[in-house]
Amino acid sequence: MDYETLKLVWWLLVGVLLIGFAIMDGHDMGVGTLLPFVGRTDLERRAVINTVAAHWEGNQVWFVTAGGALFAAWPLVYATAFSGFYWAMMAALWALFFRPVGFTYRSKIQNASWRSTWDWGLFIGGAVPPIIFGVAFGNLLLGVPFHFNDLMMSTYTGSFWALLNPFALLAGVVSLGMLTFHGANYMMMRTEGPIYRRTRTASLIFGVLTLFAFALAGWWVATSIDGYAITSVIDGNSPPDPLAKTVVIAEGAWMLNYNHYPWTIWVPIVAFIALAAGILFARLHKAGLAFWSSSTACAGIIGTAGVSMFPFIMPSSTDPRSSLTLYDAVSSHLTLGLMLGATVIFIPLIVIYTSWAYKVMWGKVTTEFISANDKSVY
Amino acid sequence: MLTEELVDLSRLQFAVTALYHFLFVPLTIGLAVILVVMELTYVITDRPIYKDMVRFWGKLFGINFALGVTTGLTLEFQFGTNWAYYSHYVGDIFGAPLAIEGLMAFFLESTFIGLFFFGWDRLNKWQHFMVTVLMAFGSNLSALWILIANGWMQNPLGSEFSFVTMRMEMTDFWAIVFNPVAQAKFVHTVSAGYVTASLFVLGISSWYLLRGRDLDFARRSFRIAAGFGFASALSVIVLGDESGYTLSESQQAKMAAMEAMWETEPAPAAFTLFALPNEAAQRNDYELQIPYVLGLIGTRSTTETLPGIREIKEKNRERIVDGIKAVTALEQLRRNRDDAAALAQFEAYKADLGFGLLLKKYIVDVSQATPDMIQQAVDSTIPRVAPLFWSFRIMVALGFLFLALFSLALFHSIKGNFIEKRWLLRWALWFIPMPWIAAELGWIVAEYGRQPWTIYGVLPTHISVSNISVANVYGSLAGFIGFYTVLLIVEIYLMRKYVRLGPASLGTGKYHGEQAAGGALPVNAPANRI
Ligand code: HDD
Ligand code: HEM
Ligand code: HEM
Repeated sequence: MDYETLKLVWWLLVGVLLIGFAIMDGHDMGVGTLLPFVGRTDLERRAVINTVAAHWEGNQVWFVTAGGALFAAWPLVYATAFSGFYWAMMAALWALFFRPVGFTYRSKIQNASWRSTWDWGLFIGGAVPPIIFGVAFGNLLLGVPFHFNDLMMSTYTGSFWALLNPFALLAGVVSLGMLTFHGANYMMMRTEGPIYRRTRTASLIFGVLTLFAFALAGWWVATSIDGYAITSVIDGNSPPDPLAKTVVIAEGAWMLNYNHYPWTIWVPIVAFIALAAGILFARLHKAGLAFWSSSTACAGIIGTAGVSMFPFIMPSSTDPRSSLTLYDAVSSHLTLGLMLGATVIFIPLIVIYTSWAYKVMWGKVTTEFISANDKSVY
Repeated sequence: MLTEELVDLSRLQFAVTALYHFLFVPLTIGLAVILVVMELTYVITDRPIYKDMVRFWGKLFGINFALGVTTGLTLEFQFGTNWAYYSHYVGDIFGAPLAIEGLMAFFLESTFIGLFFFGWDRLNKWQHFMVTVLMAFGSNLSALWILIANGWMQNPLGSEFSFVTMRMEMTDFWAIVFNPVAQAKFVHTVSAGYVTASLFVLGISSWYLLRGRDLDFARRSFRIAAGFGFASALSVIVLGDESGYTLSESQQAKMAAMEAMWETEPAPAAFTLFALPNEAAQRNDYELQIPYVLGLIGTRSTTETLPGIREIKEKNRERIVDGIKAVTALEQLRRNRDDAAALAQFEAYKADLGFGLLLKKYIVDVSQATPDMIQQAVDSTIPRVAPLFWSFRIMVALGFLFLALFSLALFHSIKGNFIEKRWLLRWALWFIPMPWIAAELGWIVAEYGRQPWTIYGVLPTHISVSNISVANVYGSLAGFIGFYTVLLIVEIYLMRKYVRLGPASLGTGKYHGEQAAGGALPVNAPANRI
């Protein structure tokens, strides 16, 4: 495969990994976010937690692997984004700390305050990371203040607070809403009784919230956010060198791809349809279909951000030519090829054994089941 | 600005978070394998007590595993947050094993751990056993890939610098995978994990035996730990020696510093058992040596010499002087990619580029470096001697003590009279923390001994860091220390609680002092107290 094609394939693959993360780890996070609200008693909360008990750990590896793949495929993005968004990264990490310990330690001690503390920890671990990832995406669309020197050392000149601008916060709402909706749909499949009823309400609320927030964000991007465009010729087969290109900031540039490649408009359309379908299925008590719809919505929403920015990954607002694109933030031909091989072999395997694990553990988790298996469940 | 304070803080943060991660890693790696052994015994003999053993030690495994995962997350992202230039400069090579580790190992380990805990009633005996095997296989595989990454930092082969992309690029993946340093590191580190877990099981079983409780359960656990531990302790020593051998080829500076060997000695060099290294005078104030031994360990021959610190420094001085030419040419090339004269000069000296970059610590334009700066750079190529010398000796001494302990434990297990040997049981109990000390010191030898490089001979630590403000790193370091302290207290509390409860915590009704633990709250108790 030539270098240019590989670069494009990797843009798709990173998308696949992010979507995999949103679908798999995302539903665990949604469950965590809803935990304190849909579970009123200790037994109910344990039932909620045990819908993901056997899977959250494997699902979290989508997050870890997305990080590793970013490092391997787009090292400059890994380096520049994570050091630039320093406090956002720390906040996400620290929020994530609550999950492994929350899940594992919560029910190991019989004390209501202890358990309630960890329930709120699981809430933080479920709600904060999606908000931060959404805010980060929002800022990518706006452009990030950074530049490289001659030796490719990056300097970020913004502040943490500047990340929290209104548009980025809206993106945070989209992201939180999407994963909470998705988590609620998952939980509907695996609970019953009062928990199921509350979860269904949550699904409806968050589904509608996401739909509106996503529409608002789309309108905002279309009307009042400047995009970026490359003005020099791109040679996809040359060694990656961000400083070799020229870039302008242009009104409406984030809409250009939809003009050049009209079929791409289907990506946001699918997102809208999937959201609407998810809400409808939740209303109709079709939990399984609602879950597949919200999975599709995750793919559509993440895809929309990707398609709008293509080929940019991280535009620079203060030194546009330092912007990172899928052509010049990437690793070498050899590494991309190698990593493609590894991904093509392992992702299907992972999907197979993960599905088997779900199949083994499938079924409704009831409070009676928790009481009967007091010592062996979370 | 890359100030010395920023670099030191970033290093401190990496050291704290990595050493902390490695408090949990060895127990995960080792206990996973011990669980496999116990469960194999269960599926073969069909005796429920072995299933209880898997489940009880599995509970402790789970408590430990949670923090292993928590702290691993930090490391996965820390290269980007705090070592941005490093991530750019070597991401092309270093990122690959990290990503493969996720795809190949973490997914396996973490998916099957869920079934390990919750699949008992849904899988048949053999299926569950396979789940445990895959989980253990996954955790050992993760060690392999991360140590391939780390081994490359110690001995960077299979790669080449490109001035257009301004980074190292991979040229030979298999050379990186089969890096002898990485292989030696892998077997040594994994064995260290086995020792850690064996001693953990041995020590806790001894405590039950000393207390005269759960005798049958503890006796069987003790035997398994003694056998497995003996083999592991043997291999940690033999394979540690292999690490030393690969080191003498790849990192002479570290070797010389570990041995406090200031002068090149005639072959075969003596092994210094004890010394008082004097950094200022560049000699040992007192030393006690065993003739020939070091030469044998380091070179596997009686005729090759091992260079001393003074000799290494003189070689490095030449490389630094050449490195200045490489850096200057590189900077011209970065301004004008078609500068033929600069390219020729760069090609001639690029092997010493890393040494030239060492001077960036003292001056931005290295061509203006003064002789004094060059001298400082030369001195910096040798890590401080005393911490390495002592860390290494304590690790080795502990290694031999473990071997002694496990030999006796195995001997008395075979004779079947270990319950009467209360001194042995007490020794095992009090030695529980020691493998952790040995392993942490091992990492200090390996990582501190690599200084001043992050990638040995290629990329100095000083320029590897992210260009962020010192306040950021103070803040995050404080956060990590705060979180980690609380988490450690919680973990140790839970470990103690469940060790004290013992197998009774399974609620089978068969064990010492059966009582409720971690079970239900009174039905429908209000959950919300906040
Ligand atoms: C010799 C072994 C070893 C070493 C040197 C490291 N780790 Fe580790 N890591 C493991 C062995 C391990 C493990 C045995 O696989 C763990 C430990 C406990 C656990 O739960 O899995 C783990 C967990 C773990 C996780 C969580 C995985 C999951 O969710 O399942 C991550 C992201 C990392 N590690 C990343 C790192 C990084 C970036 C390291 C280097 C700086 C590192 N580890 C050093
Ligand atoms: C978990 C086991 C590990 C421990 C306990 C450990 C320990 C340490 C210590 C003590 C330092 C500080 C050295 C100093 O600055 O004086 C350090 C630095 C560092 N280590 Fe490790 N390390 C571990 C694994 C790794 C691995 C597997 C990698 C890479 C894959 C790695 C990469 C680094 C880097 C990039 C630095 C910072 C630069 C430096 O100071 O050299 N470490 N580590
Ligand atoms: C006689 C016994 C031992 C010898 C000769 C030995 C030798 C070594 C050497 C030479 C290194 C440095 C490798 C490097 O810098 O790349 C090392 C590192 C290390 N040692 Fe040991 N060691 C011994 C015992 C132990 C024991 C008992 C443990 C723990 C239970 C242990 C755990 C480690 C760890 C975790 C590392 C860091 C990883 C690595 O670099 O391999 N060692 N050892």
